[in-house]
Amino acid sequence: MTTSTEPLASRQGAPRTTPRRRVRGTPLTWVRRGGLANLLFLLPLLGIFGVFSWGPIVESVIISLQHTNFVVTTWSDPIWSNFEFVFRDPTFWLAVRNTGYFALLALIFGYPVPIVLAVIMSEVKRFKGLFSVLAYLPVVVLPVVSVLLWKNVFYDAGATGVFNIILSWFHIPAQPWIQSTATAMPSLVLEATWAAAGGTIIIYLAALTNVPPELYDAAEVDGAGIWQKLWHVTLPQLRGIMLVTFILQIIGTSQVFLEPYLFTQGGPVQSTTTIMLLIFQYAFQSSDGGSNLGVATALSLMLAAFLAVFSAVYFRVTRSWSQN
Amino acid sequence: MTATPIVSPENVVLGQEPGRSVRGAASLRRRMARRDKESGLDRGIVSATEWRTPRVRFPLATVQLILLILLVICGLLPILWLMKSAFTPTQDTLTQPLAIFPHGATLSNITAAFGINIKIQSYFLNTIWVAAGAWVVQIVVATTGGYALSILRPKYGKIVSGLVIATLFLPAIVLLIPLYLTILHPLVIGSSLLNTFWAVWLPSGASAFNVVLVMRFFDSLPREIFEAAETDGAGPFRLFWSIVLPMSKPVIGVVTVFAIINTWKDFLWPNLVLPGGTDPSSIQPLSVRLPAIQGTTEFGPFLASLAIATLIPIIMFLVFQRTFLNGGGFGGAVKG
Repeated sequence: MTTSTEPLASRQGAPRTTPRRRVRGTPLTWVRRGGLANLLFLLPLLGIFGVFSWGPIVESVIISLQHTNFVVTTWSDPIWSNFEFVFRDPTFWLAVRNTGYFALLALIFGYPVPIVLAVIMSEVKRFKGLFSVLAYLPVVVLPVVSVLLWKNVFYDAGATGVFNIILSWFHIPAQPWIQSTATAMPSLVLEATWAAAGGTIIIYLAALTNVPPELYDAAEVDGAGIWQKLWHVTLPQLRGIMLVTFILQIIGTSQVFLEPYLFTQGGPVQSTTTIMLLIFQYAFQSSDGGSNLGVATALSLMLAAFLAVFSAVYFRVTRSWSQN
Repeated sequence: MTATPIVSPENVVLGQEPGRSVRGAASLRRRMARRDKESGLDRGIVSATEWRTPRVRFPLATVQLILLILLVICGLLPILWLMKSAFTPTQDTLTQPLAIFPHGATLSNITAAFGINIKIQSYFLNTIWVAAGAWVVQIVVATTGGYALSILRPKYGKIVSGLVIATLFLPAIVLLIPLYLTILHPLVIGSSLLNTFWAVWLPSGASAFNVVLVMRFFDSLPREIFEAAETDGAGPFRLFWSIVLPMSKPVIGVVTVFAIINTWKDFLWPNLVLPGGTDPSSIQPLSVRLPAIQGTTEFGPFLASLAIATLIPIIMFLVFQRTFLNGGGFGGAVKG
């Protein structure tokens, strides 16, 4: 295990155990020394990455500067006009707000829940496995199935919708769920949290089993109670993984697509149009009938750039927190 | 997809030493777990002494019981409801969704799901095709590429692995539109790959995560073995096929689990490149087909289809629990 956790860079920098003679020669000596075999083994990777990863990355920069539908392609004039279009589009600002709202709600509901549940679950003495299986079940369900089930059954806004029936037991009036601008986004977040919490719980459970028991023993010797151990041992030990799940959640929620696309198609009155949905609409469902691939690509580059800058700043700022 | 590797590689190779068989590692882990339990090494926040005092034990046990009930309500009941509705006539589900078989159960929803209008069995077959092909492409690219980059190590290898790792940090959405155009007008082949499984299979191979995972594993293999094989006259192909591949079963297993879970769950990309044409049920996988039929299908059979699509992964999950709970959790965590 020690070798496999060794960082990649140091391993690559390690001296070659069998130094080969560096003699410049003809193509034939290159083949004999295994140059052709090396290339043959790299071929699938180079081909697939070239066509489906590196090529498209370069292409996306080009497309963002062009005016393209699927037939005719011209350079934009002025060259940044796709980006300008995005900034002038009121829907873009709405989508930014909606995506921010989704991310914020998901953070408030979804971020602390797995931590609390995992801490409680890790103290369970018997049937520990049962707890994690139950928590993980929603993650196993096909995401599309969860959304369709919640949309058609639980979020049914009529009196016979499952959630509305349950609310009526407590004498709470029926809610419109995904059919009103006020409740649509929280409803989406509720389902997304339900669908994703199990996976995060499992990560925290793994992190909790890695807390060295000696730390608890030592804290007890110093006279710490349960809450003090939780506050001074457990949570600091989880800090590293909490920082990572935080940024992963931000990256994930700012690219949310499935829920708004399948639940509401961005409605009602664009109250759940997120950035990803807007990219999709620019590219494939433009209101003027045509598709605007250049604008869509410009927006996806902007989102990617934002996430890159955000992550870089985040890791720089939090680097000192996770070390002490 | 973007940031998965931040957490994954260390955790994913499940603490196994390379070359040790999976079964051997599992039994070792069990033995170690038992030993830990006996010596109290697996303790958590609450110590054994504290657990014995009623002042601690009673509230803690109550909290745990409440949590168990909550988990049953949130995790199990929705799925049980779906299973129940598969056997409930449409009218009963619509009027009394929480009643249990008010007018008896029926099998007609299930037969309708397999019938001429829904054909759920062919969606399943498509899903299996999509996953199988994506798996083959991913395994070929990751193992050959990983072998070349971390065992053969040509001079330009560092540049290539640098380029691969660089794509790890790029959100997948940047690629959405150029990738779609690539599928529409592929190089060399000429004709569009739209509505063919290749449109899902080939791009799935460009997974930097897989390549990094395999490279890390190969880096950890003892190089003496390769040197011995070279001395015995094995060429690079023989070395790959007879020595490296048989040794890399654990990492191939991990890549397989991720490949299957990811293709099984994916919606946006297959929905885009497999629009269906005249007979969508012959090409679209479950994740694409189920949303497509929701408007045109009677409610009972539709819920039965959802139930059938849920049952199979749940059975797989219960059978391969350990694998899922040890490593598979990362796929879900990234979606947020």
